[in-house]
Amino acid sequence: MSILVNSDTAVLCQGMTGRLGTHHAWSAIAYGTRIVGGVRPGKGGSTHLDLPVFDTVAEAVTATGADASLILVPAVNAADAMIEAIEAEVPVIVCVTERVPVLDMVRVKQVLKGSASKLVGPNTQGILAPGQCKIGVMSTVHEKRGRIGIVSRSATLTSEVIAQTSVLGLGQSTSLGIGGDSLHGIGFVECLELFQADADTDGIILIGEIGGSEEETVADFLKSEKFDKPVVALIVGRHAPPERRMGHAGTLTVFGQAGAESKIEALRAAGAHIAPDAHLVGETMRQALVN
Amino acid sequence: MYLHEYQAKDILRPFGIPTPDGDVVSYAKDAYAVAENCTASAYVVKAQVHAGGRGKAGGVRKTDSPAKVQEIAEELLGQKLVTEQTGPDGRTIRRVYIESAIDAAREIFVSMLVDAQSGQIALIGSQEGGEDIEALAAQKSIRLERLLISLDDDPDAIEFKEFAQRLSLEGPQTERAAALFRSMYRAFVELDASLIEINPLAVTTDGELVALDVKMAIDDNALYRHPELEDLRDEDAVDKIELAAQRHDVNYIQMDGNIGVVVNGAGLALATLDLLRDAGGEPANFMDIRTTASSMQIARGFDLLLSNSNVEVVLVNIHGGGMTRCDTIIEGIGISLKRNNKVLPLVIRLAGNNADYARTLLCNYGISFIDSENLADAVERVLALVRMEAA
Repeated sequence: MSILVNSDTAVLCQGMTGRLGTHHAWSAIAYGTRIVGGVRPGKGGSTHLDLPVFDTVAEAVTATGADASLILVPAVNAADAMIEAIEAEVPVIVCVTERVPVLDMVRVKQVLKGSASKLVGPNTQGILAPGQCKIGVMSTVHEKRGRIGIVSRSATLTSEVIAQTSVLGLGQSTSLGIGGDSLHGIGFVECLELFQADADTDGIILIGEIGGSEEETVADFLKSEKFDKPVVALIVGRHAPPERRMGHAGTLTVFGQAGAESKIEALRAAGAHIAPDAHLVGETMRQALVN
Repeated sequence: MYLHEYQAKDILRPFGIPTPDGDVVSYAKDAYAVAENCTASAYVVKAQVHAGGRGKAGGVRKTDSPAKVQEIAEELLGQKLVTEQTGPDGRTIRRVYIESAIDAAREIFVSMLVDAQSGQIALIGSQEGGEDIEALAAQKSIRLERLLISLDDDPDAIEFKEFAQRLSLEGPQTERAAALFRSMYRAFVELDASLIEINPLAVTTDGELVALDVKMAIDDNALYRHPELEDLRDEDAVDKIELAAQRHDVNYIQMDGNIGVVVNGAGLALATLDLLRDAGGEPANFMDIRTTASSMQIARGFDLLLSNSNVEVVLVNIHGGGMTRCDTIIEGIGISLKRNNKVLPLVIRLAGNNADYARTLLCNYGISFIDSENLADAVERVLALVRMEAA
């Protein structure tokens, strides 16, 4: 199987009639994803890519039974699109849109809390379950169906790690990006829980980087929970250019701009296998599975 | 987008945040008149640069006559201020802010920001504020109070008063502080701020609260809602090359080394720098081509890299995705190399979407390059080239 999506997942595309929406809905269909319709206010009743277009997400869900939505709308409309999908109780929502204002995300997170939806993103490449379902904008060149789960903050680094695990024959059950923004939907810990529960995932690769504190939260989680699948972590940014400190002395110092080393140490202490560099992630997982 | 102290104070004053009276000057000749207009008989002259630690670096001076204010303004303007945050080059002082000096009985730290963990707006405060906040934080001897605010909360019902008590404010001060925090919150939401830090917030000998220094940032992603704030951007204060790159959807930070680096995606870019440095290489820059960049924009980004005379070798590491395909990036690099008429040793590693097509494009452009199939190999080849250049 996989997490969040599988070959039966019926997917809507919010913003399907736009240029990006058309391109990525089309490439998802070409990959074999069950795209069942699009949403574009004002264009309800028309068809696009031979699929029905609806005015609202709620109408689209009723008519198609969709259980996931891919959001490809401009940043100005992204928060409303996410909220509409959450209120229509779409189980899995993937928002690719970048540059969503942070206060818009505060609003989205409020609606998300206690809802039936899982939000992936924004500013994510999406979810890819090789051979089953692609909801997002990632390339499909190197992926291979297999038994490793990948969760990441970076799209191109995910692509790198997918290539490595495929070459080694490990393959992927599911890969997904939690998004590059400080405020996003699903996080590392929730993804680890999903992978832990997935019978077809043998190990998890976690790709993190400097900034924020989500990797530290993972370390706390791994320490406190009984987690029996190997976790390989790659944390990049050990040699990042010095951070531009524009006079926010107090707040930044008080909250710390977590460097790569402290994240690596926290994860190592929590039992994660640390990939020494970006080239050796697949190999680190291969060894972790042998031991 | 970061604001200067004087800009932040001008913006926050109408929201009801008390600040000392004062004004900004770009020419020392105007300093005397500004000081004369101040209500107090002592003055503070403050260098307006985007860097903390100004006080300890001599960028904040107190004095007691308009004539001395003018002298200090003359001394500061045009000088480079080197603080613990600016790096050795410092920052040129183009403006000074002159304001009434305030006698503070106590100094507090308060800051409002979006808390990533809770997804809510957080008001943070400490009973101790002022310049020593960094030292206190480093010693972990700072006690922080925190109030999480939901956008749904009725602003009148938010427990700002109780928060003020937690900062050991008493009597009428708690009401004043609650009003100030409410103003901060209103400004934060209305202006799409990502940070409003008041440090120090002075409690005067009369028990009044005054914001002595303010650091404020606006969420760049929300600037489209506030076109009037865009004018506050101080382009002198931003690295010219970085700014030029950002206009072309490329994040670019110049570094000291000799290996030019072209990567798509911030994570892969950081990973590439880590690999280069671990192997003993010195990157000349950080580059992250954003997914929305066109080949023309990528060409401009590559122009910037070529304009750095320290660059001896270039490493291109691209994972073509659904948004940015390998050929788009190679097209950009090709255009730039052609129009700059430059020949540099190039190690190119292409993977993902349209990698083979991009290789064909490179050959069609007549660009000679070393084709590398994986990260470790690419780094090794680049370092071999660097050693050859050095020999």
